[in-house]
Amino acid sequence: MAKKQVVSTTINGQQEEFLCEPRQTLLEVLRDVLDMTGTKEGCSNGNCGACTVLLNGRPIDSCLVLAVEVEGAEIETIEGVAPAGGLHPLQTAFLEQAALQCGICTPGFIMQAKALLEQKPNPTEREIRFYLAGNLCRCTGYDKIVRAVQQAATAQQEVQV
Amino acid sequence: MRPFEYASPETEAEAADLLADHDGNTAVLAGGTDLLTLLKRDLVTPQRVVDLKTVPSLVGVTPDIDGVRIGALTPLDELQQNPLLAGYQSLLDAIDGIRSVQIQSMGTVGGDLCHLPNCWYFRSGHGLLAMENGESLVETGENRYHAILGNHGPAKFVSASRFAPGLISLGARVRIAGPGADDAETIPLEYFYITPRTERQGVTILRPGQFITHILLPSAAGIQSATYDVLASEGLDWPLVSAAAGVQVEGGLVRDCRIVLGHAAPVPWIAHEAARLLTGRPLNEETAAAAGAAAVAAATPLSRNGYKVQMAAVAVKRALLKATGQLEGGL
Repeated sequence: MAKKQVVSTTINGQQEEFLCEPRQTLLEVLRDVLDMTGTKEGCSNGNCGACTVLLNGRPIDSCLVLAVEVEGAEIETIEGVAPAGGLHPLQTAFLEQAALQCGICTPGFIMQAKALLEQKPNPTEREIRFYLAGNLCRCTGYDKIVRAVQQAATAQQEVQV
Repeated sequence: MRPFEYASPETEAEAADLLADHDGNTAVLAGGTDLLTLLKRDLVTPQRVVDLKTVPSLVGVTPDIDGVRIGALTPLDELQQNPLLAGYQSLLDAIDGIRSVQIQSMGTVGGDLCHLPNCWYFRSGHGLLAMENGESLVETGENRYHAILGNHGPAKFVSASRFAPGLISLGARVRIAGPGADDAETIPLEYFYITPRTERQGVTILRPGQFITHILLPSAAGIQSATYDVLASEGLDWPLVSAAAGVQVEGGLVRDCRIVLGHAAPVPWIAHEAARLLTGRPLNEETAAAAGAAAVAAATPLSRNGYKVQMAAVAVKRALLKATGQLEGGL
C-alpha cells in the first residue's frame, strides 16, 4: 500500500493539514477526513457537479481531483460561503425562490453560481444556463435555480451601489 | 481505487524518468477527468500516477516560429481566453461544445487527445475490443454510438477526442517526450492515433513512459476553420458525431482543405475524398453537401448506428459552412 501523505492547503481561508492516501479524492477527504459534508457526492464521474468546489477560484468537480493534488492550493467549499450569522445572497435567493427540493445538488449549484457572479456580476439568462450546465438537478427543472441566481446578482449589485 | 504512488515532477525529464519506473506500469495525470474515472473502475491499475500539471514548461501558450505552441497541460478555459488562439476557430468550437464549466476548467488539451474510448463495453471492463469467445460484443450488441467508418477490424469503438478533429484540420503536430529523459519527437497529430488489432496496442502510438508535451499549430492566416458537434442536448454529453473543417479559399475557390470526422471511427477520420472533391470549386451549400456525402460514402454502419451516416454527412456540410461564415441560425 502506498504511504499516506501530508497535504497542506487553505480551506475557506483556514490553513488545513491533512493526511491521505494518494488514491483518495478531494471529495472523499473533504467529507470523510475533514468532516465537511456540505459538499455532496452525486455521480462521481464529473457529470453532475454536486461536488463542485472552487480550487484557486476556479470551479471544479472535487470527485475528479486527487486530494494530493491540492498541496498549496486554496479551496472554497459551501461551508465557507455564508458570512458569520448570516447567509450569502445566493443562499437567500435559493431559499426565497424555492430553488431546491431534495437539496443534494444545491451546494454544487451555489458554488458554481458564486464563481459565475465573481466573473460576471450581471449575467444574462443564457449565460447563467450555460455556466450551470455542468450541474444537474433532478427535482426543480432549473427555472427556479436560474431565477435565484438572477435575484442574487441583483441583490449583490444593490449592495455594491 | 487501488493504491498507487503519486509523483509531481517539475521537469519533463523528471516526468519521463518517473513514468519509466515499475516497468512502465504508470499513468499520466493531466486534468483527471478521464484518468480518475478509469482508476475508480480499475480499468487502469498503475503502480504510480505522475501528475504533469506540476511541470511548468507544459502549461501555457507561446508564439512559435510560424504559429503557436500549446502546452499539453494548459486548461481548456485558458485556451478559450488566450488571444494567441483567436484565429483557431475549430479548436475554440470544440471547447464550446463541452457544456460544463467545471470540465473546461479542469480538462487539458493533452488529456483530451489521450482520452480513452467511451465505449460502454470498454468502460464496463470488456476491453477495448470487447471480444468474448472470439466474437465482438459490439457487433451483436448495443452499438448505437459506435464506429461507422474504419470498423472492419476488431475495433468498433469511436475515438473519444473532441479536439483531434479540429486540431488535425488546422495541421497540428504533437511533440512527444520519453521514454528516455532526453527523448523527444514531433509528429503530425493524425499519425498519433492507431486502430488496435489487439488489446495491448492501445489507441495511440504512445509507449510506456511517453507523453505529449506540446501541440504545435501552424499559422492560422488564411485558414477558415470550424468544428461542428452533433449533440443530443444542450447539456454535457459526448457528441454523437462531429466534423471539423479547415479551409483555404482563394479567388472564390477552395485551394486546400482538410475535413476530419470525430466520434465516427476508432481514430479521428480524415475524409480525403471529401477534401479532394471540394478543391478547386467554390464552397457553397451544394458543394458542402456533396463533400458531406463523399465523406461517408465508404461508411459501413453496424446494426444500430445507421443514423450516424446521415448525421456525419450533415456535420461535414455544416462544419464547412460554419468555417466560411455561411451557416445560418446554427450554433
